[in-house]
Amino acid sequence: MSIFIGQDTRLLVQGVTGRDGSFHTKQMIAYGTRVVAGVTPGKGGQLFEGVVPVFNTVADAVAETKANVAVIYVPAAVAASAIFEAAEGGIPLIVCITEGIPVLDMTRVIPFLKERGARLIGPNCPGLISPGRSKVGIIPGNICAPGKVGVVSRSGTLTYEIIHQLTTQGLGQSTCVGIGGDPIIGTTFIHCLAAFEADADTEAVVMIGEIGGTDEQQAAEYVKQMSKPVVGFIAGQTAPPGRRMGHAGAIISGASGTAQDKMDALARAGIGVMRRPADVVPLLQERL
Amino acid sequence: MNLHEYQAREILKRAGVPMPDAAVAATPDEARTTAARLGGKVVVKAQVHAGGRGKAGGVKLADGADAAKAAASAILGMTIKGLTVHKVLVAPAAEIASESYVGIVVDRASQRPVLMVSAAGGIDIEEVAAKTPEKIHRLAIDPRYGLLAHQALGLAFMLYRDLAQARAAADIMQKLATTVYAVGASLAEINPLITTPAGAVLALDAKIVIDDNELDRHPEIAALRDASAEDPSEVQAREAGLTFIKLDGNVGCCVNGAGLAMATMDLVKYYGGQPANFLDIGGSSNPQKVMSALRIITADPKVKAILFNIFGGITRGDDVANGIVEATRQVPLKVPMVIRLTGTNEKEAVQILTKAGYSALTDMDEAVQRAVALARGKSA
Repeated sequence: MSIFIGQDTRLLVQGVTGRDGSFHTKQMIAYGTRVVAGVTPGKGGQLFEGVVPVFNTVADAVAETKANVAVIYVPAAVAASAIFEAAEGGIPLIVCITEGIPVLDMTRVIPFLKERGARLIGPNCPGLISPGRSKVGIIPGNICAPGKVGVVSRSGTLTYEIIHQLTTQGLGQSTCVGIGGDPIIGTTFIHCLAAFEADADTEAVVMIGEIGGTDEQQAAEYVKQMSKPVVGFIAGQTAPPGRRMGHAGAIISGASGTAQDKMDALARAGIGVMRRPADVVPLLQERL
Repeated sequence: MNLHEYQAREILKRAGVPMPDAAVAATPDEARTTAARLGGKVVVKAQVHAGGRGKAGGVKLADGADAAKAAASAILGMTIKGLTVHKVLVAPAAEIASESYVGIVVDRASQRPVLMVSAAGGIDIEEVAAKTPEKIHRLAIDPRYGLLAHQALGLAFMLYRDLAQARAAADIMQKLATTVYAVGASLAEINPLITTPAGAVLALDAKIVIDDNELDRHPEIAALRDASAEDPSEVQAREAGLTFIKLDGNVGCCVNGAGLAMATMDLVKYYGGQPANFLDIGGSSNPQKVMSALRIITADPKVKAILFNIFGGITRGDDVANGIVEATRQVPLKVPMVIRLTGTNEKEAVQILTKAGYSALTDMDEAVQRAVALARGKSA
C-alpha cells in the first residue's frame, strides 16, 4: 500500500515534450511508473521515446488511454490552464510541479477542482513517490527506499535531505509527498496525514513545514487524534519577518507564521520536534 | 513587488477611485510648483518602501508653496530604515471627519481574496487585527463572480450609516476588487478611507503589492519597479535569476532550494554562527549562476566564510562544481570556503573540485560546523 499513487497509477504527462517534462518522463519510466500518455498541443499522433503516445488534448488522451493521474510540467503562464484542462478531462489526481504560478490564478483553479471532485497536489512541488512502486514528479528515486515511514513536506530539496537521512540509516518510506511551497495549494498536511493514518503500510509520519501561514498549526491539531507517531521539522527559524524566503508562501506576517510558534504547536500536539534534519532518525526510533 | 504610494494612487485613480489631487516630486522646486497649484496647506510624504515614515520624519505638513519646498528639501535625500528618499508626494492636507480601513489580501486559509474593512482606520491595521479583531469585518470574494454589489454595500454599512456615503464606499470596494485582478496584486489597501466634513468619501493613502509571478503578464506594472529603492545586492541577484536576501551574519550561504536554504541558515545558528544571507540558486543551475552567487556573497565585507550546501536533484553537482572552480579562478577568494555536495552527479562534482584543490563534504552538519568555526577565525 501507499497513498495517492501505486501500482494502478496510469500517468498522463502534460508538457511531455518540453525540456523538464521530457527529462523527468524518462526518469519516471525508468523508475517503473506506468506512463500511458503525454499531452502537447500540436504534437498529437507522435510517440514520445518511441513508446508513449502524445495527444493534443487531455480529453483525447483520457478517452484513448484511461489515464487516472496527471502530472504537469508546463511553464507558469499556462500552468493554471493545464490544471483546468486535466480536471475537465476527468482526471481525479493532478500533480503540478510548475513553480511561479500567479496566486490569483490559483484562486480560480481551486473552486473549479472542488466542483469536479479532483485532488491537486502542488503547485510548486516535487510531486510524490512510493518507493519501489511508482513515482510522479521529480523526487530522485535513488535516494528513496521502500519502507514504513510516510513523508509530507512543503519543500523540495529539504525533503530530499530528510529522505536521504532516513534511507542511509535504514528507514524506508511508504510514500513521500511534496505538497508545495505556494500560499494556495490543493493538498494540505492534514489531507496527507489522514491518508497516512489510513494506510496499512505506514507506521510513522515525518512532516516538514516552514514559516508562513498556519497550516502546520492546523496539522498539529489533527495529529492529536492520530494513532501513528509523527515527527516534524520547521524551516526558517532564522528568517526575518516581512521578507519572502524564496517560496511564495514562506513569509512571516504575524506571530503565527513564525517557526517558533509552529514548533510550539507541534510540541503541544505530542509531535517529536526536530531541531535539525539529522534528528529525524533518532526521534523516529524513540517512537517506533 | 511593492509599489510606491504615488504609483498605487495612480492605479486606483485610473480605476475611478476618488481621491484628492496630488503629484509626485523629485526636487524641492517641483514640490513647490505642485503645492502652489494645489493651494493652501499640503502634506509632503517620503516615497520609500518602509513603514513608520511619519515617525522617521518623512511626512511633513506645509502651509503654502515655500513651506512645501522647505519640507521637500528636508525629506529628499534622508534615509528611512536604510533606504534613501528620492521622491516625495505632495497632496492637499485634507480635512478629515472620519477614517476607515479598506483592504484586500489574498488569503491562504480561504484560498480567495478577502476584503477587510474597519471603522478603526488610519492606524496600523495589523495592530487592530491582533488586539481587537472584532473591529475588522471580512468577506471572502468568490473569484468567479467578483465582489458583488450587495456584498460591498453590506460591508460599507459597517463603516457608514449614511446611504450616500455607504454607496460611495461600496463603489470604491468594488473598484479595489477589480483592480486586484487587473494588476495581479497580492494586496491592495486604502488606509485611510476618509469622509470630509462636507460628506465626500475619498481614498487618502494607497498601498499595492504585486505578486512577482504576475510581472511577466503585466509589463506596464513591471516597469514601475524602482531599483533604487532596493538593496543593490538584491537587485543584482534578481537580475542573475537568484533569490537573495541579505542578513547580518558572517557565514555566507549558497544553497539549492528555498527550504534547504532556510534549514542551512537555521543549522548555522544551531552551531553558534550567524548566516550572512539567504541565497537559493534555484533548480536547474548553470555554472554562470553559481559565479553570480559567489560574486554577490563575497561583495559583503562581513562574510568571513562561505558555505555551499547542494543536494542535487534537478541541480547537477558537476554544474555547481564547474561554477565554483570558474568563479574562484576569475576572482580568487579572500575567505575560506566549505563545500557540501551530494546527489545527482556527485562523483563528477567531487572529481572537478578535487582537481582544482577543493575538498567536498557529503554531510550537512559537518560542513556547517566547519564553516561556523572558520568564520570565527579558527581552522577547523
